[in-house]
Amino acid sequence: MEIFLQQIINGLVQGSVYALVALGYTMVYGILGLINFAHGEVVMIGAMLAMSVLTALLGWGVPPMPALLLAILLAMAGCMALGYSIERVAYRPLRHAPRLAPLITAIGVSIVLQNLAMMIWGREYHAFPQLGANIPHVIGGAIISDIQIIIFVLALVIMAGLLVVVHRTRLGRAMRAVAENQHAAQLMGVDINRVISLTFMLGSALAAIAGLMVSANYGLAHYYMGFLLGLKAFTAAVLGGIGNLRGAMLGGLLLGLIESLGAGYIGDLTGGFLGSHYQDVFAFFVLITVLVFRPSGLLGERVAERA
Amino acid sequence: MPNAHKKPARKLQSPSPASGRGGRGEGGLYRSPIFWLLLGATLLLPFVTDALLGRGWVRIADFAMLYIMLALGLNIVVGYAGLLDLGYIAFFAVGAYCYALCGSPHLALAFPQAFPDGVHLPFWAILPLAALLAGGCGVLLGAPTLRLRGDYLAIVTLGFGEIIRIFMNNLNAPVNLTNGPQGISRIDPISVAGTSLNATHELFGITLPSVHLYFYLFLAFTLLVVFVSQRLEKSRIGRGWMAIREDEIAASAMGINTRNLKLLAFAMGAMFGGVSGTLFAGFQGFVSPESFSLMESIMVLCMVVLGGMGNIAGVIIGGLVLALLPEVLRHSVVPLQQALFGKTIIDPESLRMLLFGAALIVMMLYRPAGMLPSRVRRRELGNEETTGEASVYDAAH
Amino acid sequence: MLAMSLVGCGKSAPEQAAASGELIVRIGAVAPLTGPQAHLGKDNENGTRMAIDDANAKGIVIGGRKVRFELVSEDDQADPKTGTIVAQKLADSKVSGVIGHLNSGTTIPAAKIYSDNGIPQISPSATAVAYTAQGFNTTFRVMANDAQQGQVLGQYAAKNLGAKKIAIIDDRTAYGQGLADEFAKAVQASGAQIVAREYTSDKAVDFTAVLTAVKGKQPDLLFYGGMDAQSGPMAKQIKALALNLKFMSGDGGYTPEFIKLAGDAAEGTYASLPGVPLDKMPGGKAFADRFVAKYQPIQLYAPYCYDAVNVMIAAMQKADSVEPAKYLPALVGISHDGVTAKIQFDAKGDLKGGAVTVYQVQQGKWQPLQTLGAEAATALALK
Repeated sequence: MEIFLQQIINGLVQGSVYALVALGYTMVYGILGLINFAHGEVVMIGAMLAMSVLTALLGWGVPPMPALLLAILLAMAGCMALGYSIERVAYRPLRHAPRLAPLITAIGVSIVLQNLAMMIWGREYHAFPQLGANIPHVIGGAIISDIQIIIFVLALVIMAGLLVVVHRTRLGRAMRAVAENQHAAQLMGVDINRVISLTFMLGSALAAIAGLMVSANYGLAHYYMGFLLGLKAFTAAVLGGIGNLRGAMLGGLLLGLIESLGAGYIGDLTGGFLGSHYQDVFAFFVLITVLVFRPSGLLGERVAERA
Repeated sequence: MPNAHKKPARKLQSPSPASGRGGRGEGGLYRSPIFWLLLGATLLLPFVTDALLGRGWVRIADFAMLYIMLALGLNIVVGYAGLLDLGYIAFFAVGAYCYALCGSPHLALAFPQAFPDGVHLPFWAILPLAALLAGGCGVLLGAPTLRLRGDYLAIVTLGFGEIIRIFMNNLNAPVNLTNGPQGISRIDPISVAGTSLNATHELFGITLPSVHLYFYLFLAFTLLVVFVSQRLEKSRIGRGWMAIREDEIAASAMGINTRNLKLLAFAMGAMFGGVSGTLFAGFQGFVSPESFSLMESIMVLCMVVLGGMGNIAGVIIGGLVLALLPEVLRHSVVPLQQALFGKTIIDPESLRMLLFGAALIVMMLYRPAGMLPSRVRRRELGNEETTGEASVYDAAH
Repeated sequence: MLAMSLVGCGKSAPEQAAASGELIVRIGAVAPLTGPQAHLGKDNENGTRMAIDDANAKGIVIGGRKVRFELVSEDDQADPKTGTIVAQKLADSKVSGVIGHLNSGTTIPAAKIYSDNGIPQISPSATAVAYTAQGFNTTFRVMANDAQQGQVLGQYAAKNLGAKKIAIIDDRTAYGQGLADEFAKAVQASGAQIVAREYTSDKAVDFTAVLTAVKGKQPDLLFYGGMDAQSGPMAKQIKALALNLKFMSGDGGYTPEFIKLAGDAAEGTYASLPGVPLDKMPGGKAFADRFVAKYQPIQLYAPYCYDAVNVMIAAMQKADSVEPAKYLPALVGISHDGVTAKIQFDAKGDLKGGAVTVYQVQQGKWQPLQTLGAEAATALALK
C-alpha cells in the first residue's frame, strides 16, 4: 500500500514538472496555434542561467534565500529576452507562411540554442546547488521532499495565475481576441505584435521557473535536458487538449501518473511479459486511446475558451 | 539525348503558379533535357566525387539518396494528403529490421531448431516482404487516427514511431527477436543478379567499388520512387489526396472516400519508407534502434518542408540539402576558421551544428513555402480550427 | 571557397614528406563530440591527443625516418550512420590507424569499413561482445568487454559483498543492457537471487517510479547498467526514497561527475573500472597529473585512449613500418605496459586478461577496493 502511495506521489511530482513546462507550450499554442518546439530549450537555458547565477552567488557567500530569489529573477529576465528574440527572429516573419514553416524554424532554434549552451556551459553535466536541507516528509509510509511539495503547489499557483491573467486582465482580453481572430483583433485596436511578444515573454518566464524547479529537484543541469522534457510536456499538453491551460495541468499530472504507475505495475499487470522498459509504450497507448475517443484531448473541446 | 522541348526546363526548375496542375499525359519531366542532363551527370557522379573529394563523399551520396526516398515517401503523407506525421522513421525501421532478420544469422539465436544458420533470403524476396510489412504498419497507424487532425495527429504519429522503436529496443526477451539495443550485425550484403554489392567489381575495365555499386542501386530505386510519386500525383488518387488536404469535409461531400484514401496515403508512404529501410540495412550490414530516433523523423520532415511540400523536385532538393549540409559543414568549418582567423577558435563540432540550425532558420525565412514550392500554393494541413485564421492570412497577403 | 576547402582535405598521400623530411602519420580519433555524450567524447579526444603529443615530443624514428603523428578527430554523434560516414572519411584521408569509436553502436558498423580498407581499429571503450566477433582481423579493444566486466562484478556483488537479493536496472542502451545481462548471469551462477529487473532510458532523470518498484522487493543490492548522468541522480533518489541497499554500477558510473551529481548520496556506492588503478601502474599517476594539468579532470576513457595510441605506435615501432598491412601482425602479438593495464590481445582482438577493479566512494573520492583476478574472469567469459 505504501508502495502504491509512493508511486502516486512520484507520479504527481513528475506530472507537476510536465505541467509546468506544458503550461508554457499551451499558452503560446492557444494564442498563435503554433507549436513552439523550442520551448524545451528555453527551459534548459533557464535552468542553466539559474544554476550559474546561484553557484556564483553562493560562492560569494550570499545567503541561500536572496541568492535563489536573484537567480529566479535573472533567469526569468534572461529567458524573457530570449523568448522575445525567438519570436521576433524565427516566428514573426513567418506569421503568414504555410503552417509548417515555423515548425522548421523552431527546430532550427532548438539546435542553435542547444549548441550555444554547449559552447557556453560546456559538455559536462552540472550539479545544481543544494538549497537548504530539503527535509523529507513521511506520509503513510511514503516519502515526499520539500522541493517536491513546492513544485506541485507552484504548478497549481501558476496555472491559477495564468487563468486570472487570461480571463481577468486587459492583456488577457487582448490575448483571447488575438486567439479568436487576429485580423479582427487588429481592427479593434489590439496591437497584435505587442500581445504576441508579451505572450512569448510570459511563456518564457514560466519556462525559466520550470527549468529552475526541474534542476533543483533532480540536482542537475545539462545542455541536452530540454529536448526530452519538451517532448513529454508537449505530449501532456496534447493529452489535456492543447491550447487549454487547465488541460495542460491535467494532462501533465495524468502523464506523470501514467508513467509512474506504468513503470511500477506494468510488469505485474502483464505477468512479467512487459517490464518498465515499456513505460513509454504504455503512456502513448493511453494517449492514443484518449485521442481516439476525444480527438481534441481531454479538455480541448471548448475552442472558444482556449488560451 | 531526347529532343528539346519548347519550354521544358520550367517543369523542373521553377513551376509557374499559373500553369496549374499540368496535364496528365504530358510527362514533361522526361522530355526535359535538363532531366536527362541531370541523370547523366548523376551517373558519373560517383567517379567524379571519388576522384575529386574522396570516397567518403560517395557514401554520403548513398545516404542522401536513402533520405530522398524517405522524404518522397513522407511527401505522400504530408505533402499530398496533408497528414502531419512525426513518426515516419518507424517504417524505415520496419524495413531495416525486416531485412536484418531475413538476411542474417541472427534468428538462429531465437529459433536454433528452425533456423540453425539464421535466415538468408535473397534481397529480391525480402524487398516486397518489407514493403508489404511497412505498408501494413502504415495502415495500422492510420486506422485509429482517421479522426485526428493537425497537432493531435502529429503527437499520435510521434508516439507510434516511439512505440516501434521501443519494441525493437526491447524485444530481446523473452524471445530474442531483435537483439535489443545490441542491434543485429553481420547482415548479408545486397546481391543483385548473383553479384554481391559488398565487393569491388570490374566491368569493362572500370573498377566499381562497393559504394559505387550501392550508389547505382539506390539511384535506380530513387528513380522508381520518383516515377511512382509522379504517377500518383497526377492520378485520381493523387487528386483525391489533395482534395482531402485542402478541405476534408468538402472532399467527402464530393464523394471521395476519405477513409480509404487516407489509409492508402499512410500505406504508400510507409512502403517507400520500408524500401528505403531495406536498402539501409543491406548497405550498413548492421541495424540498431539508435538509427531510428525521433530526431530522424524530424529531419525527414524538415527535408519535405524545406524543399517544398507536395513538389517532387522540391522534396528531392530538400533531401539533398539537409543530407549534405552537415557533411559540407564538417569539412569546411575548420578550414573556414583558419582562413578567417588563422586558427581554430571555436570548437568545430558545436559550430557545425550551430550553423546547421541557423541554416534551417535562414532558409525558412527566405523561402517560407520551401525552396521549390509546389505549383498550387496552399496551406497544408487544412486544420478546421485554423482555417478561419488562415483565410485572414491570405487576405493580409 | 567552400569547394576549394573541400577538395583540399579530401586527398592526401599516406606518407607525405613534410619540408623537414619527417614522415607524417595520421591517426584517426572518433567519438561523439556533439550530443548528450559529448563530454565523454571530448575526453576520449583529449586522451588520444595527449598520447600523440607525447609521441611527437619523443621523436620516434620508424623505418629510418623521423615520424610526426597527426591527429584527425571526427565527430560521429553517437549515430551509427554518421559513424560509417566518418569512418569512410578517415579511410579516405589515409589514416594509419583509428582510435574509436566510443559507443558500441557506432563501433560495430564502422569496423567493417576499417576492415575493408585494412586499417587497424582500437576501440578504447566499446564493450559489446559483438564488436570483435564480426570476424575482422583489424578490430581491437583495450577495454574489458561486457562479458568480462559483468562476470567480475556479478561475482563481487554476490560473494564479496554478500548480497542475497539483487535488483538490476539498465538504461536500454547497448552498453547498459549488455553489462546488466552479463551481471545477471554471474549473479545467478553465484547463487544469489535477482528479485527485480527494471529499466530506464539513457535520457531519463526521474527514476522514482522504478526505484519505488525496486523498494517493494526489498533487495540488498542494486546494480545499474548505464552512465553517470543517470546513476548520479539515481543515487540521490535512492537516498531520498530511503532505500536501504548497496548501489553499484559499472565503468559508466566511475566518474567524478557521478560524485558531483549524487552529492552526499554518493558515499559508499560502488563502481568498477576495467584495468588496474592508475596509481598502481607505472606512469599512471604521472599521466593523470599531466592530463588534469593540460585539459580537465579525467572523465572516463581518456587513459584507455592514451593506451590505445601507444599500443598502436609500439606495434609500428616493432614492425618498423607505419603501413597498416605491415604493422597489423605486430599489433596482434604486442605486449605493452599501458597506464591502465598490461595490454595483450587475444585471437579476436579482445584484451587478454581483462582485470577489473572495484572502487567505492569514500570521503567524496573514488577509492580502489580490490582488483579482481584476470584469470577467473576470462575463464568465465569464455564459457
